[in-house]
Amino acid sequence: MGVTTAMEWLSSCSGCEIAILNIGEELVPLLTEHLEVVHAPVIMDHKYFGQCGDEGGHLQIPEAVVGIVTGGVSNEEHVEVLQEMRRKCKVLIALGSCATHGGIPALMNGQDGARSFAEVYRTSSTDPGVSLPDQGVPALLDRTYALDEKITVDLMLPGCPPNPAHIAEAITALLENREPELPTKSVCDTCPTRREGKGGMHKVRRFIENVQFDPAKPVSDMRCLLEQGFMCMGPVTAAGCAKYGAPSCIEARVPCRGCFGPVLPKGNQMLDMMNALASNGIDCNSVVDRRSLLRFSGAHGKLRPLRQAVTGRTDNG
Amino acid sequence: MAKVLQIQPVTRIEGHARISVHLNDSGNVENAYMSLMSLRGFEKFIEGRPAEEVPRIVSRICGICPWMHHTAGNKAVDGCFGVTPTPTGAKLRELLQVMAHINDKILHFFFLAAPDFVLGPDSDYSVRNVIGVVKAAPELAGRVVKMRQLGQMMIERFAGKAIHPVAAVTGGFSKPLPEAERRQMLKDSRTLLDFSLFALDFARNNVFNKYLEVIAELGAITTGFLGTVDREDGSLRLFDGKQRLMKPDGSCTDFEGDDYLDYLGEHVEPWGYGKMPYAKSWNEGFSLDLDDPRGIYRANTLARVNVCDKMGTPKAQEALEAFRSDFGRPAQATLLYHYARLIELVYACERTIELLEWDSITDTDVRAKVTPGAGRGVGVVEAPRGTLIHDYTTDADGCIESANLIVGTTHNIGPMNMSVKQAAAALIKDGVYDQGILNKVEMAVRAYDP
Repeated sequence: MGVTTAMEWLSSCSGCEIAILNIGEELVPLLTEHLEVVHAPVIMDHKYFGQCGDEGGHLQIPEAVVGIVTGGVSNEEHVEVLQEMRRKCKVLIALGSCATHGGIPALMNGQDGARSFAEVYRTSSTDPGVSLPDQGVPALLDRTYALDEKITVDLMLPGCPPNPAHIAEAITALLENREPELPTKSVCDTCPTRREGKGGMHKVRRFIENVQFDPAKPVSDMRCLLEQGFMCMGPVTAAGCAKYGAPSCIEARVPCRGCFGPVLPKGNQMLDMMNALASNGIDCNSVVDRRSLLRFSGAHGKLRPLRQAVTGRTDNG
Repeated sequence: MAKVLQIQPVTRIEGHARISVHLNDSGNVENAYMSLMSLRGFEKFIEGRPAEEVPRIVSRICGICPWMHHTAGNKAVDGCFGVTPTPTGAKLRELLQVMAHINDKILHFFFLAAPDFVLGPDSDYSVRNVIGVVKAAPELAGRVVKMRQLGQMMIERFAGKAIHPVAAVTGGFSKPLPEAERRQMLKDSRTLLDFSLFALDFARNNVFNKYLEVIAELGAITTGFLGTVDREDGSLRLFDGKQRLMKPDGSCTDFEGDDYLDYLGEHVEPWGYGKMPYAKSWNEGFSLDLDDPRGIYRANTLARVNVCDKMGTPKAQEALEAFRSDFGRPAQATLLYHYARLIELVYACERTIELLEWDSITDTDVRAKVTPGAGRGVGVVEAPRGTLIHDYTTDADGCIESANLIVGTTHNIGPMNMSVKQAAAALIKDGVYDQGILNKVEMAVRAYDP
């Protein structure tokens, strides 16, 4: 029998689960021999309230040695599921940037929560006069949280999506009772693009034209995208996305947007990036929408609503 | 005594849902609901973002079909900025979007749906899953895993990321396709086409023929359909074309994606976070009443093969002809979604090959000149789970002012509710139910691949 494993997803998109499938041919022995999956909504039919849904009360997840949780925490059901996973699993892995840092859904943390969610039900195609559903659906929390804001996490594997090789390494290390070997550097540290020095750049540009490169030549022949004047978050982003040598967005000839979260788990990608730009003499005001530099790491209170804009007429006219 | 069965979580689907079956005092089904349990607010939190960044944010709506949101988002931003992608840029987007359909269909049919058919709907829950399939049919499973991986890696090697892509950009694509990679992709696509024909054959012999009765009855409802067809010849299109809305009687109205607000509305019930699109243009309101549904149409594979006049590729066309001679047009049986999915798998492989054989696919002019500014753009593609609509408005700086999204899965929330109710009422009588029966109710949902 393999090592019992339970999987859950919270405020998530299934991309992390697809990353697990992308482990490839190693996946089959992993799932059939090394692990024994006891609960995983995406692939197996274990239910919270009994297999016939008639055992009310508290939701139940079976005990497991390994627990893998993807997604952040944004409603009351997520909290309940996460706490049950923590109770039942010996080792709990936060998989993906939503679980480790809030991820894209934590962009909502920069909005005025309750009002913004209500506005989702007031778009151009939605019937007039409807309000936020509230019958039997889990109530929304005040914001989206990373897992470690709610429970103790044993291992963090960020990435949007996470790298299948790291998932396999983390599981294998657990099975072999050793520390997993995971990257610790920044995207820049692992990027093979050519750096020529600062080169008198004072502003960063939006990505509205393609970077300069020779398609016939490898990434190592292309000049660093920051040096080409594009906003690229490589300096302030944890490494780990590279699969074929270069960081994966750089492989696509597109600048990094920080999807593995900060280099140090508690780092602030927006502040770190502003510092990096300023120390190279680049005008921080040239960054359009700097708050979205926290688009993958807005949990832990980093992304907050802006002060309410003044709308409508005031008494003073 | 009256009670409520909570089938939670609905499993082997791609999101968070719950089925509640309400039984009356005599143990018969009074009502049944399928509710979406999750809300993230993409329409709101992309406001203020520079529009060209949005296609790499909205991809996170779905990690299974990120290429769909990525390409629909890019089309919408093109519209906002008034840019037309270069011909090769547009074809590269289509190539990747259609290749992503291949993996999606393999994933759904073999990893998520197949356990119900290979192991049987009533088999124990602990083995009724992909791991059980691997153990019961190791050779088949090995081939499936290999083929899905091949499809994923084809995308990843060229575009850097298969999950949450970044390579489609405003005005086209971020990089050209080198000749050597084109040749490798062509070779891999032919392997996938062979597999898709095998998959269709396998399913015909081992699933559709074997479960004909279940297919005819389980979750059966009568609705209209929505899909995308070629503007000239009415053939099925996944990447672009005009929208076609079919009434249950088979009569059709075609319209341009830009005009979707004249045809579609979204209804909201207080018991689920998902909005339910309906055919506003039918002027009959919205109702999920099984005997008198109003405004209800379905999207996703069955809808697309119903609304199209033909398949644009030869093998898929053969398959469609066989399908239509058995089930007619429009085919209504819910489980036929699986059959239609495999016809589309064949089409996606054939279309990938066509695109790779297109003369200019390796041209280096992949991105048009882009100037951010104020405007509105509607981007429509067919996602595996249905017609996907991204509608953005930008301000003078080219940042998002407002957004409206109609996501593929949501078209079918209403119909899934109807299918669940139909299946539950047909299967649960006088308080008699077991895990196999409740799994069959879930199968009615799973067919829609939500």
